[in-house]
Formats: sequence, structure tokens, C-alpha cells
Amino acid sequence: MLNFLKILATPEFFYSIIRISAPILFATLAAIVVEKAGFSNIGLEGLMMFSALAGSLVSYYTKTWYFGLLAALATGVLMSLIMGFFAFKLKTDIILVGVAVNMMGSGGTLFLCKVITNLTQGKAMASTTGLITKSLCIPDISIPLLHQIPFLGAVFSGHNLLTYLAFLFCLLTSVMLYKTPLGLNIRAVGENPNAASSVGVSVLRIKYTAMAFSGLMSGFGGAFMSMAYAQGWSLDMVSGRGFIALAAQAMGGGECLGGMLSALVFGFAQALGIKFSAIGLDSNLASPIPYAVTIIGLVIFAIVRNNKIKRQHSAAALAKSEAK
Amino acid sequence: MPDGNSAARDEYVVQMKKITKVYSNGVAANQEVDFNLHRGEIHALMGENGAGKSTLMKMLFGLEQPTSGEIVVNGEVLHLTSPSVAISHGIGMVHQHFMLVPSLSVAENMVLGMVPQKSGLFIDKAKAIEITKEYSERFNLHVEPEAKVMDIPVGMKQKVEILKALVRGAKILIMDEPTAVLTSQETAELFVELKNLKKQGYTIVFISHKLNEIMEITDRLTIMRRGRSMGVYNTKDVTKEEISRLMVGRDVVLSVQKDKANPGETVLRVRDLEYVNEWNKKMLDKISFDVRRGEILGIAGVEGNGQKELVDMLFNFNTPNSGTATVNNVSILGLPQQKIRELGVSLVPEDRMIYGIAAGASIEENVISDRSADKRFNKGPLFNMKAIHDEADRLIREYTVLCKSRRQHVGMLSGGNIQKVVVAREFSSNPVLILADQPTRGIDVGATEFIRKKLVELSRSGIAVLLVSADLNEVMELSDSLIVMHNGRIAAYFEDTAGLTDEMMGEYMLGLKEQSKEEVRRVCHDEKTPA
Repeated sequence: MLNFLKILATPEFFYSIIRISAPILFATLAAIVVEKAGFSNIGLEGLMMFSALAGSLVSYYTKTWYFGLLAALATGVLMSLIMGFFAFKLKTDIILVGVAVNMMGSGGTLFLCKVITNLTQGKAMASTTGLITKSLCIPDISIPLLHQIPFLGAVFSGHNLLTYLAFLFCLLTSVMLYKTPLGLNIRAVGENPNAASSVGVSVLRIKYTAMAFSGLMSGFGGAFMSMAYAQGWSLDMVSGRGFIALAAQAMGGGECLGGMLSALVFGFAQALGIKFSAIGLDSNLASPIPYAVTIIGLVIFAIVRNNKIKRQHSAAALAKSEAK
Repeated sequence: MPDGNSAARDEYVVQMKKITKVYSNGVAANQEVDFNLHRGEIHALMGENGAGKSTLMKMLFGLEQPTSGEIVVNGEVLHLTSPSVAISHGIGMVHQHFMLVPSLSVAENMVLGMVPQKSGLFIDKAKAIEITKEYSERFNLHVEPEAKVMDIPVGMKQKVEILKALVRGAKILIMDEPTAVLTSQETAELFVELKNLKKQGYTIVFISHKLNEIMEITDRLTIMRRGRSMGVYNTKDVTKEEISRLMVGRDVVLSVQKDKANPGETVLRVRDLEYVNEWNKKMLDKISFDVRRGEILGIAGVEGNGQKELVDMLFNFNTPNSGTATVNNVSILGLPQQKIRELGVSLVPEDRMIYGIAAGASIEENVISDRSADKRFNKGPLFNMKAIHDEADRLIREYTVLCKSRRQHVGMLSGGNIQKVVVAREFSSNPVLILADQPTRGIDVGATEFIRKKLVELSRSGIAVLLVSADLNEVMELSDSLIVMHNGRIAAYFEDTAGLTDEMMGEYMLGLKEQSKEEVRRVCHDEKTPA
């Protein structure tokens, strides 16, 4: 047991938690903002798949990683706006739109990948891992001074640019939601659209904005997957992070800080799973760990919330009886 | 208010001329209504539910557009196409259901849609609080700027709504039944505030049907009845009796032939029913009455005086705080609806689309929905379709439901025919007691007459009928004896409806008069002690 803890208490392990959490955090922020605006985008998984493919392909063809990143972001935003069009304008159930995007994100991306590589490379490829080299990926950043500090340097320095951006965006999203007029409008629309529209806030525009934001975050998440986490796109590479993000949103109580902590918990669980397989534990035993942690996390969250509601109720009842 | 465009200052701030509103379904909610407001007055807009007050005010606030007629504000003919247009011309509305975002603070709600910013990006919270405080003090409307709206009492929420309108530049405030949700103390406070606003030159439209409040606070009043204006009066020149006569009245009288009732033993016995709703308002205050075999007991009253709650209790859609209700000496309070039906109680619900039918199911499925477990309609584990078809066809014929076939979806029928489907099911289940809640609301004359005749026929065959109706005509024509409800109490009991006039009814319905406890207690027939 002690031996085992020794393995976990390495800077590499903490480094991997942060690294693994980053794409989940991007998607969690996407989920948080649309939930604040009063609806759910369960299509994050599919959005990330498309963004990941677009990022790696454009990066390869332009030989410039930041064009790839921009393409990933544009893909996420554009597709989320199309989702919004189907949901808000054509009145399709937004859950069904999300399901459709997720299904396309699996089969559709493979199809696109094969078609595009067939046209340009002369052979249909099932992934872009053969095309992407380290230089086409988004660079890692070594933070001056910090990287020299023992342990801490190894944990916090040398991460990918997008990893730092993920945590920066966590802060920025919180500021956007609570300190800017846009955030106020988003929260108002999510809670009482009639009240918002009665004072001239365009409910539709706010919903599209929230949708676009979720697309932008999915774009970052997708780019991270194909241009930082792995070198190149491959089938189903997002592997459930879009769904885990929905759980992280709920577990974090719909707030940015809570969402970040939840994303880290999931990151920890995945890192643990990887570590277990690395030390020779059967992968069939190691792979369910992240899911078990998800369930345990949600149960704890539900218990905490119920207790809070109970406390509030009894406090209200007490206030009432005292008033009498 | 400065009037830039026209040199001629009009005496009126608002003139609505010959306003007619016909909805796409053909209902005429307003017909050639004239309505005007003096600057700086409190003007009551009165009328029963469905009289067209709300429609008229929705048009003034830009939520709806008139079919014909024109609206002149400060001498300028306006096309009020949306609330924002109305607000930009100084017209604000305080809705009965507050338009507030619960988790935001009072100040945030105040500035929503017009948020003050600092550094071009962030919300200037200090400024929002300052604006809220400034308006709060100027109009003497006390609110807590930093409290969350979900934590403040109803009275303060209303003040926030008023301030929201004022901060957007409203000079004319439309208040839709503002006292409906307030306690008497909060109401008194509101009146002080409204008078204060009036003093500062604001014009207020006060929608209400509470006579005392109107006499206390308004300068003039417009009375509406069935989509038409019954005239404009100076409040001090009219009596409550006159107002009630103008508000409550009947049009065409459809007369239904009926013999004199010959009531038998008591079927439904209600004693001391009390109910306090979630806002701590007493909706039912010791309601007691009996309904006997072979009689129709009518319940009249302006809507919102406890009738809906009473029916809800009797069919277990809600639970009373205390009291009893029995059908043939079996308690029905808290029983599952199926058990209540097994005791022989039928319900023609007020909201037929929600409680009366399943719109997506066929006529056949709807008429057998309460008797699907009946042996007659089952063969082993399966339905006996032949028997079901026969029953459906029989009911469609007997109740003259106009339809293509028994397979037609009920939702596709007209309102009158939908109600006939409801009635066909409820009247044909061999009931001992029929609860008929607004049985002919919003349906055509033919269906109305049919249902009324059927009710009389059934009562004469020995069924007890409790008829709740806001339609004075209906309740006076059909009932053998009559209860008037006001403010959750039985204000009057008339053993015989003959000789009753609209004026008398109006006085009880609006709370000008109330019978003594002993007089009301006569409706508890069992308790009559030989003198």
C-alpha cells in the first residue's frame, strides 16, 4: 500500500492529472454556460470530434499549428450555431440535435477523414496520426523560474499551451457570467425568459451566443485532443469526455469553480486508471475506475445538495414559526 | 411630460378610440371600446373575468395589436407593436405574475436589459445599486438593492416591478390586479405609494374587481362587460351598487324548461372545509353545505373566490387543511380519484383540455377511459372491442357528438363537441353526484343548451348536481337553490332561485352584503332542527 502511494506521489502523476483534466474542463465550461442559458448541449462529444479532425487536417495542410487551432475553433462555433438553428429556429428537440451531432461525430468524421485524405493523399486513411508531426502540434510551454522549482516545477510547468488556456478560461468564464452584462443576460434568460424579453433582452440572441460559446470551448477541447493529447486524429478519440463534462457540470453545481474541481476529479480517476494498467493491473479492472468515480461523485453531490435543501427548508420553516 | 410634436396639448395622456380586437379563432374580446386617461389620475378598469380588461391593456402595452381602432398617446397616434415601443412612449406594466429573475439581486433585476457598464465591459454593480436606491428613495418604495429576489417578500417584489417600470421612464403605469397577491397590510402600503406617485404626476391604471379598493383609491373608473365598455364614471359619483349592477349582468336568456325540484336525502355533505394556499391566503373559510338527491345546487361568484379550490378538494386534486366531505356518508377527502368515481361521483372539470380529455386519443378511448376495467368491456386479458365500439357509438349518438367516426382524435373536434365527449362519459357512468364546473364555458349555443337540458334531466331522475359557474345566466337558470361565494366564504344561500335579480346577486358576489351565519347554515339541510 505504501509502495503504491509512493508511485502516486510523483510529480509525473500530478502532471498527468492536470493534462488529462484540460479537455474535460473545456467541455465542462461549454456545458456550464449553456445550462445557465436554460438548455443542454449534449452534442459536446460530437463537436469535439469534428473540431479535432478539422484542427489536425488544417494544421497538416497549412503546415501551421495555429491555423489548425483556428480551424478547430471555427468548426466548433459553426456547428454549434447550426445546432442552434435546428433547435431554436426549426424547433427540433435540442437533445435529439445533440444525439445527431454525436452520431455524426463518430461515423461522419471517419467518413470525412477518408474522403479528404483520399482526395489529397491518394489513399483513404482512417486517421491523421501518420500526417501530424510534433511540430504541427500545439506547443508545450515551459514557465520561466517555475520549472526550476523541484516538484512544483515538474507538476505545473511544461504543459501544453491549451492546458493553461483551459484554466484561464475557467476564470474568464466565471467573470463573464457574473461580471458582464452578457453573463447577466444569459442567467436571466436561463431562469425566466419572459422577464428577460419583457425588458428588451433578445432571448434568441442570448441562446445563440451561449451555443456559440459552447462551440468555441468544444473547439479548444477538440484541438487539444488531436494536436496536444495525441498527435493526430483517430476514430472516437474523444472517448466520452463530452459526456463526462455534462456530469462535471452537474457535479460542480453548474458553477465554474465547482466544474473545474469536478473536471480534476475525473482527470484524477483517469490518471489513476492509466497508472494501474502501467503497474501491471489488468486493464479490465483499471478501465472502470473513471466511471466508478463518476458515479460516486454524483452520489456525493446529490447527498450534499439534498442536505442543503433540507437545511434551507427547516430554516425557512423556523423563520415562519418564529414570525407567528 | 413634454410634448414635442403637437402644439395642441391634449387633455388626455391616453386615448383608445373604438378599439376592437377579434382573435384568429373568431372570439371578439373587445368591441368598439373607448378608453381614456387623464394625466395624473388613478383610473380603475373593472369587469368580471373574461370581460376584456386584460386584452384592452395588453394592446396599450403593445403585447397585442387591435383589429381596428386607434391608440393616441400624448396626442400622437401610435402603433404599439411591442412592449419596447410602449415603454419608449412612457407606458409601463406591472404584471400580475412578476417578471423577475429570482436568483438575481434586486438591483440586477432593475437594470436588466439596460445594464450600466464600467471599462466598457463589466457590470457596474455600484451604479446599479445607486440607481435602485435613488429611485427607491424618490418614489418612497422601499426595497433592498442587494437582496436576491427569491429571498424578498411578495410585497417587495411588486415594488421592484413598479420601480422597474419607473426606471425605464414609464409615466403611465398599468397595474394588473396588483392587490391579488398582497396581504391587507401590504395593500395599504401600496395605496400610499400609488397616491404618492399620482401626486408626482404619474397616471395609473388599476385593474381590479374589488369594490372597496376601487372606491378608496381611484378617481375615475371604466367598467367593461362582455368585451364592451359600460361607460366611464367619476368614482365619487357612483355607488357600489351601481357599479355592481353595471359589472354583473346578463345578456340573452336561454331558458331551460324544468319542473320544480323534489329533493330527497343528502348525497354530498361538506362541513367546515378550510384551505389556506401556499401564499398563506385563506381560500376556503369554513365552507359547509349539502347537496340532495334530485336537486341542482348552484355556486355563483366572481372567479377566484374559492370555487376552484372547492372543486379541487372534492375531487382530491388538493387537500384541505381541515373539514369533512362525504358522499352517502363515505368520506371522499384524500381518496384516489378512481375510488371517488366508484362512489358514484362524476366530474365535468373546468379545464376540459387538461382534466377532461386526452386530446391525442380517439373519442372511443376517451369515453371508456373511466370504465376500461369494467367486465362488459373485457374478454380475458383483452378488450372486448365489439362491446367498446357499441358503447362509443351509442354515446356519440345519444350526445349528438359531431364527428367523422369514433376513431377521430378528440383534439380535432370543436370546443362544444369536446365538451360533449366529456359530458357523455361523465353523465353515463350511473353517477349519484355530478360536479359540473363551468360546464358550458366557451362553447357554442347548441352544445350549451344540450348540456344544460341534460343536467336538468339527470337531476330530475334523482341525481344530485353541484353546478359551479361564473356564468350568472347559467347558474340562475339551472339551479334549484343557490350559494354565492365571496372571499372563500358562503356569502348567501337562496333556497329558491325564483325572484332573484341580477342586482341582488351582484351585491353578494362583490361582497357588499353578506347573509348571517344562520341564514347561510340553512343549506345544511340535515341540521334543521324542528323549531
